[in-house]
Amino acid sequence: MDQRPAYFRVLATFARNSLVRDMMFRSNFLIEATSSVSWTVMNLGFYVLIFQFTPEIGRGTGWGQYQFFVFISAMMIINSIVQAFFMPNAQEFSELIRTGGLDFALLKPVDTQFLISLQRVNWSSLSNIGVGFALMFYSFTKMTFFPSVIQLVLFPIYVACGVAIFYSIMFSLAATSIWLGRNQALYNFWFYITNFSRYPMEIYGGSFAGDALRGVFTFVVPVLIAINIPAQLMAWPLSEQNWWLVVFTLVATAGSLAACRWIFQRALLSYRSASS
Amino acid sequence: MLARATTWWTILRISLEERLVYRGDFAIGTLMRFLPIVTQIFLWLAVFDAASRGEIEGYEISGYGYSDMVAYYLLAMVVRAFSSMPDLALGIALSIRNGDIKKFMIQPIDLVGFLLLTRIAHKLVYYSVAIGPFALVFYLCRGYFSGWPDPDIMASFCLSLVLGFLLGFFMEAAIGMMGFWFLEVSSLLFVYMLFNFFFSGQMFPLDFLPAPWDTLFQLIPLQYLAFFPAAIFLGKVQGPELVNGLLIEAGWVVFFILVSRVALRRGMNRYSGYGG
Repeated sequence: MDQRPAYFRVLATFARNSLVRDMMFRSNFLIEATSSVSWTVMNLGFYVLIFQFTPEIGRGTGWGQYQFFVFISAMMIINSIVQAFFMPNAQEFSELIRTGGLDFALLKPVDTQFLISLQRVNWSSLSNIGVGFALMFYSFTKMTFFPSVIQLVLFPIYVACGVAIFYSIMFSLAATSIWLGRNQALYNFWFYITNFSRYPMEIYGGSFAGDALRGVFTFVVPVLIAINIPAQLMAWPLSEQNWWLVVFTLVATAGSLAACRWIFQRALLSYRSASS
Repeated sequence: MLARATTWWTILRISLEERLVYRGDFAIGTLMRFLPIVTQIFLWLAVFDAASRGEIEGYEISGYGYSDMVAYYLLAMVVRAFSSMPDLALGIALSIRNGDIKKFMIQPIDLVGFLLLTRIAHKLVYYSVAIGPFALVFYLCRGYFSGWPDPDIMASFCLSLVLGFLLGFFMEAAIGMMGFWFLEVSSLLFVYMLFNFFFSGQMFPLDFLPAPWDTLFQLIPLQYLAFFPAAIFLGKVQGPELVNGLLIEAGWVVFFILVSRVALRRGMNRYSGYGG
């Protein structure tokens, strides 16, 4: 008999349980979904304001208003996947370490990282995906260019890469709770790092500090490419793509996941439980 | 009188020590706070560069040159460090919901006074840790400022900071007290944060807002949490306008002190705790 756990079935059970739990408090679910959409709309208001003053972000960068809106849409889609599947679990992970609840996860006959990463799905966070696709479609109607089939195929692949990069950073950070004892600043830390990914990478060019930031957040902590590459794939024609960065994103994704796995395993070795 | 002063002094000392327990977490949090500003500075550099077609020197958006923008963000961050009250409202609502509030009913300690001292302790620790990085960043960015403002402007700025702290505290405390009636205030708090995000001026100088939004921000107290003090320092608000602004800000502080006092008294009267 095969003793390996059926990961897909376990994942489906987690997703179903979370949905059942969310549906027990339907009004709360609706409020949460509306909240995250209104937050996004407010952010969009800021970007609309910026384009009152300038035709594009960065001279000659190709990020005009609607190209930038495509960028924002890609960001919404990637962020809402991360927030729905991983954010609640990363926050819970820090709590599990602090309270000693991680003992129970370690005893279960499934991979601990899998269990810790996916046991809760926050379905209401997915509401922004709809807004993201609507905004992207609206921007296409305003642009002279529509992505080719190749781009439409590559986009979901690179969205997955973006999600994987963000996941790796988030769980590497969460794992540091084992060493720090408490990591309430986790969410802030995560917010501050991913903050660099919120705008096109071209804005960091042109100065020593900018180039240094761009280098660090592309090659060391690859948050810049997590959103920029899928966004560029949809916003610009194929002939204007940075192909080497497109290829590099695949390498960076694999590297991030491997690094996250390594940090997670190392951190678990230092886990001392929190009495009981 | 002496006994009461000793009680408050003890509370302040305990809060200070409590804050210093998780120093690692706290230090990381403080350091990270500077990161979002870096992104904003690069974003606005790209906007100014594109809008002025490379002639950034002397180019202005709604009366703000590029240097003003950088100075504004740095100042707004200092102001926000005074006026932001993370988890205050949620904490009050939670203690109402889980019954912790009972101890303030039977002990001769005033809830609002206790929380205020805790916050003062938090800010004191924050500033004692943050003064180093703050001084460094302001020294490095001194080129963006046109020298120190006059002593009277500086005094007004300091006064607006203290008022900003009090306004932030009593406004959030008042929202938290709504927990006596609603039990769950997170939706209310979300609306507050949403407006705060846009109308406090933490994202951009409020002078940028077109009509009718420019009238709206004048009518609500949120501008005093970030925009107003920063605008004083930069000399954007002067003369009678400055005096009026400070008076209105003080008026809002008094208003929210009264609201939180009345809410606490009425709330305590209608509160019922069950179980042990």
